[in-house]
Amino acid sequence: MADPTKNKDRLPPEVRAEALESLLAERGLIKSEVLDGFINRMVNDVGPMNGAKVVAKAWVDDDYREHLLADGTGAIKEMGFTGPQGEHIVVVENSDDVHNVVVCTLCSCYPWPVLGLPPEWYKDPAYRSRMVREPRTLLSEMGLDLDDSVEVQVWDSSAENRYLVLPQRPEGTDELSEDELAALVTRDAMVGVAKVGAG
Amino acid sequence: MDGIHDMGGMHGWGTVTIDPDEPVFREDWHGRAFAMGAMSMGLSGTNLDAFRHGLERLHPYDYLADGYYGRWLACAETLLVDSGVLAPGAVDARARNLSGESVIEPEDVEENKPVYERGGAGSLREIDDPPAFSVGDRVTAREIRTDGHTRMPRYIRGHTGTIHAHRPAALLPDTNAHFEGENPQHVYTVEFDSTELWGPGAEAAVLRIDLFESYLEAS
Repeated sequence: MADPTKNKDRLPPEVRAEALESLLAERGLIKSEVLDGFINRMVNDVGPMNGAKVVAKAWVDDDYREHLLADGTGAIKEMGFTGPQGEHIVVVENSDDVHNVVVCTLCSCYPWPVLGLPPEWYKDPAYRSRMVREPRTLLSEMGLDLDDSVEVQVWDSSAENRYLVLPQRPEGTDELSEDELAALVTRDAMVGVAKVGAG
Repeated sequence: MDGIHDMGGMHGWGTVTIDPDEPVFREDWHGRAFAMGAMSMGLSGTNLDAFRHGLERLHPYDYLADGYYGRWLACAETLLVDSGVLAPGAVDARARNLSGESVIEPEDVEENKPVYERGGAGSLREIDDPPAFSVGDRVTAREIRTDGHTRMPRYIRGHTGTIHAHRPAALLPDTNAHFEGENPQHVYTVEFDSTELWGPGAEAAVLRIDLFESYLEAS
């Protein structure tokens, strides 16, 4: 297997992307500005900052937390976050006894409205293959050591439900505002491969 | 289909590293490929399940070598060629011409978009059928073997678990991907113990996965 590609003559993807765009544009099927709009939305409007606001609100408002756990989609929509890959969002809560972590073994399904597009590690075959089989070992390799007493719950998002982890609020943050709390919440904690630190 | 995409439980991939400074799109073309991939479904008259099947149909070497956005790009091309929006070879010929070669681009072909009924936007549907299973029921994942699209991964098939939750009904990817009908079904989150899936030496964990009603039988 000297050259691990089937189509050895295939040109690099950046050229093929340009070719596809020019073919579709000259047929009037796409406009460059529309592509820019898609890209800008994913770069600027959606991302883990949305999920972090949801988590921080759940930490300071018990009624919202209950609503979020009972109806993730509705509670997240209340915060203004909707869109593709967010048709039905289920929020799962970490505690002293339970740790949740999310994976998509078949592709890389991910709750775009609250987390944006998935990072490279989430799409890595190593993550997709191992998280369902050796979650404790993989989490440890990724920097999260869990006590044997903690039950690990792995969610493989194989249908159209998308999962968001509600991490534990760190100790020593009683004085922080909702905005300050949101600034502590990371993408990795909302997927379940990290905990939230006190900053 | 039993393809390279079905990665759950495979060995040999090594470890995972997190780049804390990763941008949303590492290369400009990643963003273009993402946007064109998203638009390719509408432009080809297909759907999200057909798109996922398009990713699965890439040659396994290409699937791995292309990376995530390379796959989106290749899949967009696949769907657009399948539906006759672009001629076979059109992207390659244009890419060669953009690279300074001088090749003849193929003539347009007749459009061949799939004809099928859609029940609305998105994937979720209201259905009247009562759910076949209730929370707490023991169920076994059927030994589904198809060369078409399915969302039943290999590592679950034949194993027995417990219904953990009843989710909103959704159209069945196995038929929708092939334009053979939406066949909306109840969806369940099914819980499996790690030892059921991976044997007595498995790491202690529970695995929860969303499965369509027809993927399951009472146990």
